[in-house]
Amino acid sequence: MANPLARVRATRHRLKETHPLSVLIAERLGLSLLLLWAVSILIFAGVEALPGDFAETYLGQSATPQAIANIRADLGLDRPITTRYFEWLGGVVQGDFGNSWASGAPVTEQITKRLGNSLFLAFFAAAISVPLAVGLGMVAVHYRNRIPDRVINVLSLAAISLPEFFIGYILIVFFAVQMGVATFPSTVYDNMSWSERLAAIALPTATLVMVVLAHMMRMTRAAIISVMSSAYMETAELKGLGAFKAIVKHAAPNAIAPIVNVVALNLAYLVVGVVVVEVVFVYPGMGQYMVDAVTVRDMPVVQACGLIFAAVYILLNMVADIVAIVANPRLRHPR
Amino acid sequence: MTDPIKYFASRVTASEMNRREFIGRSMAAGLTLAAATSLYGKAAMAQEPKRGGHLKLGLQGGASTDVIDPAKSSSQFTFAMNRNWGDTLVESHPTSGLAVPSLAESWEPNADASVWTFKIRKGVEFHDGSELTIDDVVKTLNRHTDEKSESGALGVLGSIKGIENKGGDLVLTLSEGNADLPLLLSDYHLVIQPGGGYDNPNAGIGTGPFKIDNFEAGVRATFVKNENDWRTDRGFVDSVEMIVMNDATARMAALSSGQVHFINRVDPKTVGLLKRAPNVEIQTTSGRGHYVFIMHCNTAPFDNNDLRLALKYAMDRETMVEKILGGYGKVGNDFPINETYALFPEGIEQRSYDPDKAAFHFKKSGHEGSVLLRTSDVAFPGAVDAAVLYQETAKKAGIDIEIKREPGDGYWSNVWNVQPFSTSYWGGRPTQDQMYSTAYLSSADWNDTRFFNTDFDKILLEARAELDQAKRKEMYHDMALMVRDTGGLILPMFNDFVNATTTNVSGFVDDIGNDMSNGYVATRLWINS
Repeated sequence: MANPLARVRATRHRLKETHPLSVLIAERLGLSLLLLWAVSILIFAGVEALPGDFAETYLGQSATPQAIANIRADLGLDRPITTRYFEWLGGVVQGDFGNSWASGAPVTEQITKRLGNSLFLAFFAAAISVPLAVGLGMVAVHYRNRIPDRVINVLSLAAISLPEFFIGYILIVFFAVQMGVATFPSTVYDNMSWSERLAAIALPTATLVMVVLAHMMRMTRAAIISVMSSAYMETAELKGLGAFKAIVKHAAPNAIAPIVNVVALNLAYLVVGVVVVEVVFVYPGMGQYMVDAVTVRDMPVVQACGLIFAAVYILLNMVADIVAIVANPRLRHPR
Repeated sequence: MTDPIKYFASRVTASEMNRREFIGRSMAAGLTLAAATSLYGKAAMAQEPKRGGHLKLGLQGGASTDVIDPAKSSSQFTFAMNRNWGDTLVESHPTSGLAVPSLAESWEPNADASVWTFKIRKGVEFHDGSELTIDDVVKTLNRHTDEKSESGALGVLGSIKGIENKGGDLVLTLSEGNADLPLLLSDYHLVIQPGGGYDNPNAGIGTGPFKIDNFEAGVRATFVKNENDWRTDRGFVDSVEMIVMNDATARMAALSSGQVHFINRVDPKTVGLLKRAPNVEIQTTSGRGHYVFIMHCNTAPFDNNDLRLALKYAMDRETMVEKILGGYGKVGNDFPINETYALFPEGIEQRSYDPDKAAFHFKKSGHEGSVLLRTSDVAFPGAVDAAVLYQETAKKAGIDIEIKREPGDGYWSNVWNVQPFSTSYWGGRPTQDQMYSTAYLSSADWNDTRFFNTDFDKILLEARAELDQAKRKEMYHDMALMVRDTGGLILPMFNDFVNATTTNVSGFVDDIGNDMSNGYVATRLWINS
């Protein structure tokens, strides 16, 4: 009788030979779930470790011992931490993120709206900034060390060096207060028309584009320059390949990995890291939602937000890795 | 104009008071007939409220954890929302702070102020068309005080033992006499809801001048005019939009670009810049909130009254108001009451910065070495700066203050009311009794200066049930002196409420009750086009 474990290993090995990519993705997905589980424990423990529980912080200065006790009893906060955690986990496994302690409304319902807003803003910021960054990076390579290159570098570095709220304020002062051409505040809400929504997010989108541009642009520039100066590009040229064909066949597959990685990181930032921009522009996204929840220790909301943020990071990184592997035959068939 | 007459005039302006009523009341307040008549003309002419329009407010203090349920109101945003859609039984007078009728038409205490009878107004309609009944009132108060209550007003109503409907009147029985009971019912949590709000506390059905149209927690709330409002002197605009703007600069930008008509919480540091905008008017109101430095009277080295006095004299109050509040505040006198409270004790000498006296008491105390002060900007805006300023002025008196900066998160649970010397903040209370009972009574949970004085406690309880105002004022005078001269409170300043409107709106009333014209801002403003 063969050892079952050995049989699993053998199957895995065989699958890896035939469908290397599928196995990789499956493995990554499995690991992601483990990671998310670990994240949920971390968040739970973290919020528990913060001084003051929900009942105390939510009532604030008007708290009386009786009201605190009533809220605790109502939410079951007086039970041991492990009981509460597994109860919550049990719900999540069945797709139920529970109700917000503060508002009593289902977390899923509230988050859908907020996440939608965040993705809406992130999508437009990405749709503008990614092509712009890659394009500018290529222009910079083309005019390497000449004036256009310098200008692009200085401007994008200046933009990234300024704190994002400051860029936001400058845009508000010029475009909303002095010229009066832009919509401010950028609050979006239900029953707002599509064009009103787009007008509302113009300024925050511009801010985000400026914040993420430099990083991606410079990575594009560096990656292309390093590939172009490598020996195999010289070989390609020597063996008579045209410039275009050389770039498509040899340069692009090698340059794409670092670029995609940086793009993925910046996309993740656009979804999860823009709380400051949300506050400055009064934009109802996920960031502010989570901060509000942490302030009063509203555990189900904090958990759900934390898991979504972690999932976005994990997913985007995974996509970046897969794209890099698919694009590059050397990584596709590792030895 | 004296304060009551100024207020009457504002009521005329807001067409709440007719000519006869105005002249009658102004003459009662000491004006001649001729003067009253001409004043009436002026006030009525000055600003006739315009009706209609869409009023927009940009407010700090909303969060996505907000709910409509008034029992759970804890943010500035929901506070102002409650005022729009609901009414309380009693309101506080904008300038005198005394109780004035709202859904309760009138009230009467018994001899020792322990049983109160309230007449409930007839013919008032809720937004859903049902009529306000005594039942709704009783149930509302029950919901805020029953054993399952999670209400923010539970502490205020703790002494109510019985809530009854007696022949259509509301009768409240207290465990001990309380002459201030009507004012306690003006608490913004105590919005009267149909059926007490037991069925659906978040329905937002009330008797207020505006109906809730849409509410997204932490984002915005919209309201439309309640056409069946029982009052005609409020709610001038057709619709109201309140937008959560937690960033001070965003609020300023929105106001100066004319996107909103009103903002709250203008930062004193930048108010000078905002003033320069041509279309903006700053609205400041004296407030009851105070920035404090608190010492535990029972903990060494602060158990020595000479050291406490030394530290009190070492505080330069004028400079504090100037630097920390940008001039938008008043100096304090080491007791937690200012002239905005009814029965304010006059004639108490203002304590001022005196390095010599400070040095004298410091020496007398025999304390050696430095004094440790804990602070964080969470305590109040600019608390760390204030601590450093204090350190400097104390140094001139030979007192060495060591400053320890504490983390902001958890400051209220780990430092305030725990450590013997720290910076802190107190919002005001509707009455002197409330303020002292909350933080200076020996048995109070929040006795954050550990002030244990049995004489003080005795006078406080006596004053609470005293219906003779003159006697009561005398008692408050004595209590103020006890806290000022033997307590652990250093109170350098009371902060003003600093709001701002655009110049095309009128009707803002300086209401000492609370910030944002005591929350009534949207019901009082009108748009001049």
